[in-house]
Amino acid sequence: MSDGPHTEPAGRGTEAAPGAQPLVEPGHTFGSVTDKISSIVLQRRTPKGWWLGFAISFLLLQLLILAVANLLFRGIGVWGPNVPVGWGFDILNFVWWIGIGHAGTLISAILLLLRQQWRTSINRFAEAMTLFAVACAAFYPVFHTGRPWLAAYWLFPYPNTMGLWPQFRSPIIWDVFAVSTYAAVSALFWFVGLIPDLATLRDRAKSLPWKVLYGILAMGWRGSARHWHNYETAYLLLAALATPLVVSVHTVVSFDFAVGIVPGWHATVFPPYFVAGAIYAGFAMVLTLAIPLRRFYGLEDFITMRHLENMAKVMLATGLIVGYGYMVEAFMAWYSGNEYERYMIVNRMTGQYWYMYAALIFCNVIAINTLWVKNLRTNVPYLFVTSLVVSVGMWLERYVIIVTSLHRDFLPSSWGMYQGTAYDWAAFVGTLGLFLTLMFLFVRFLPAISIFEMRTILPGADVGEDAAPGAASPAGASPGAAP
Amino acid sequence: MSTASEPALYGLMAEFKEPAALVEAARQAREAGYHRLDGYSPFPIEELAEALGLHHSRLPLLVLGGGIAGAVGGYGLQYWASVIEYPLNVGGRPYHSWPAFIPPTFETTILVAALTAVLGMLALNGLPEPYHPVFNVPSFALASKDHFFLCIEAADPRFDPEETRRFLEGLEGVASVSEVEP
Repeated sequence: MSDGPHTEPAGRGTEAAPGAQPLVEPGHTFGSVTDKISSIVLQRRTPKGWWLGFAISFLLLQLLILAVANLLFRGIGVWGPNVPVGWGFDILNFVWWIGIGHAGTLISAILLLLRQQWRTSINRFAEAMTLFAVACAAFYPVFHTGRPWLAAYWLFPYPNTMGLWPQFRSPIIWDVFAVSTYAAVSALFWFVGLIPDLATLRDRAKSLPWKVLYGILAMGWRGSARHWHNYETAYLLLAALATPLVVSVHTVVSFDFAVGIVPGWHATVFPPYFVAGAIYAGFAMVLTLAIPLRRFYGLEDFITMRHLENMAKVMLATGLIVGYGYMVEAFMAWYSGNEYERYMIVNRMTGQYWYMYAALIFCNVIAINTLWVKNLRTNVPYLFVTSLVVSVGMWLERYVIIVTSLHRDFLPSSWGMYQGTAYDWAAFVGTLGLFLTLMFLFVRFLPAISIFEMRTILPGADVGEDAAPGAASPAGASPGAAP
Repeated sequence: MSTASEPALYGLMAEFKEPAALVEAARQAREAGYHRLDGYSPFPIEELAEALGLHHSRLPLLVLGGGIAGAVGGYGLQYWASVIEYPLNVGGRPYHSWPAFIPPTFETTILVAALTAVLGMLALNGLPEPYHPVFNVPSFALASKDHFFLCIEAADPRFDPEETRRFLEGLEGVASVSEVEP
C-alpha cells in the first residue's frame, strides 16, 4: 500500500478527495498516536495550566453550591420569575445547556452514519461535553421545583403512596422522558466508545492503582476479533438510535413552548428551528473547547485546520437555519393577521427589551455570516471569538423568546418586567463552573481523543485486497510521509 | 496440575506488526483446518472477522426485541396509568389520548433498545471478564497499541504443540510465537 499508486490520505472506507487536507498530519503510526494521546492522561506531573484552569472552574462551582443551598433554604422566591414572566432563567439556561449537548451526539452519531471520518478526533470530547452539558441542564428542572425530593411523583411514573401518576398529556412530562433518555443514551455511547481506550490505558499505566482502576473500567477488554465484531455492531446501532433521539430531544423541548398558546411561542417552526439552534450552539461550544485544548496539549496534528473549518461550516449552515427561523417568526406574525402576534414581534424589536433582540441579531445573523469568508473561518483566534459570540447569541435567543413573549400578556393590566436576580446569575455561572470542572477532570483522567478510532483512519490500517503482508515495511508507514 | 484431559497450554500465540499480516495468517490458519482461534488487534478490522469466518452478530435482533419491549412497555404504562389505574378528566380530553402518548413511547423505545445494545454487546462478548489467559503473554500489552496477535487454542482438535508452532512460525510477517499459559 505504501508503494502503490494510491493517493488517498486516509485509511479504509475513506472517500476523501485527493488534495484535501489530511485528517491526521502525515508521519503518524499506531504507536505514535497511542503515545501522544495516552501520555496526556498518563503523565505524572499535572501541568500548571491545568491546575490554574481547574482552580478557577472549581471556584465557580462553589457559587453553584451557594446558590443551591440558598434556594433550598429560602425557596424559589430568591429567583426572578413572577407573574407575568413565570419562566425565567431556569428554563432559559436549561434550554441553553441542553442545546449545547446536541453537537456531541451529532458528531458521534449522525456523522458516524454519514461516514464523515473527520469526526474521529473530536467525537470523544464532544460526547463528554454532551454529558456534562446535560448534567448542567438537568440542574434547572430539578431545582426549579424548589423541593426536588417532593417533586419526583409528578415527574416520574412510579407507584407512590398517593396513587398519583404523571400527566402524560403534558409536554413537560415528555421533556422528562426525553432528557432522561438522552442523558442515559449519551452516557452509554460515551462509555462504550471508551472501553477499548481504557484497555490501552490499563496496558500502559505505570502505577498499580491506575492500572487496577483502568482495568476495572475496561472490564477485561482484549481486542479480540469476536469482540470487535459485536462491538462495532453495538456502536452502529447506538448511533442509529441516538440520531432520531437527538432530533426528538430538542423537538420536545420546543414543544414546551410551542404547545402553549402564548404569542411568540405557539409556532409550528419551533421544532426544526430549535433543533438547528441546538446544533449551532453545540458546535460553537465544541470549537470553544477544541481550540484551547489542541493548543494547550499540542494536538494540532489530530485536530487539524480541516476539523476547525468543517465545524465552522456546520455552524454557519445551522446558523442560517436559525436566522431563517427569526424571519419566519416575523413573517408569520404579520401573515397571521393576529393582533397579539403582531404586537409581540413589534414589541420584541422595539419594546423595552429591544437591545436584547438587537444583540441577538448581531450575534446570530450578522457575526455568523462573516464565516462565509475563508480567511476568517481559518483564522483560529477569530473562530474562537465567533464561537463565544454564538454561545452568547443562543443565550440571548432564549431570553428573547421566553421573556419578551411573557412580559406583555394578553391583558395590559398584567404587564410587567423581568430581571434575573443575583441568585439566578449565581446559579448560571455556577453551572458554567460545574461544566468546566467536569471538562478539566475529563481531559486529565480520560483520553480526550478516541485512540482506537484514530488508529483506524491511519493509512497503515488499510487491509485491502492489494495490501499483502510484508508489502508495507515499517509499521503503519504513511504514504504521505513517502517522497 | 495438568492432567491428561486438561492441556497445560491455553494455546499458541503468534505476534505480528502489520494488520494485513494478521488477516492473511488468520485466513491460512482457517485453510489449514484450525477452528478454535481468535485474532487480537488494537482496532476493529473487518477483513479479520471475514477471515475468521465470523457470522453475523445476534445483537441487532436483541436490540429489535429491546426496542419493541420499550415501545410496548412505555405505551402500556401510560395507558394503564391514564385509563385504568387513575382515570382523570383533564379539560374533557379522552382518557386514551394516544397522540400525546407518542413522545414518551418513542423515548422509552430508544432507551430500552440502547440499553439492550450495550448490555447485549457486553453479554455476547462475555464481559466483564476479570481473567483471561491471553494476558499471560508479556508482549500482549501491545495488542492495545500497535501489535496484532493470532491465538490458536489448544482446544482445537488439530492442535499439536509442535506442529502448530511450526505452522505459526512459517507464516509471513510473524514477529514471535509464544505459549499461552492457561
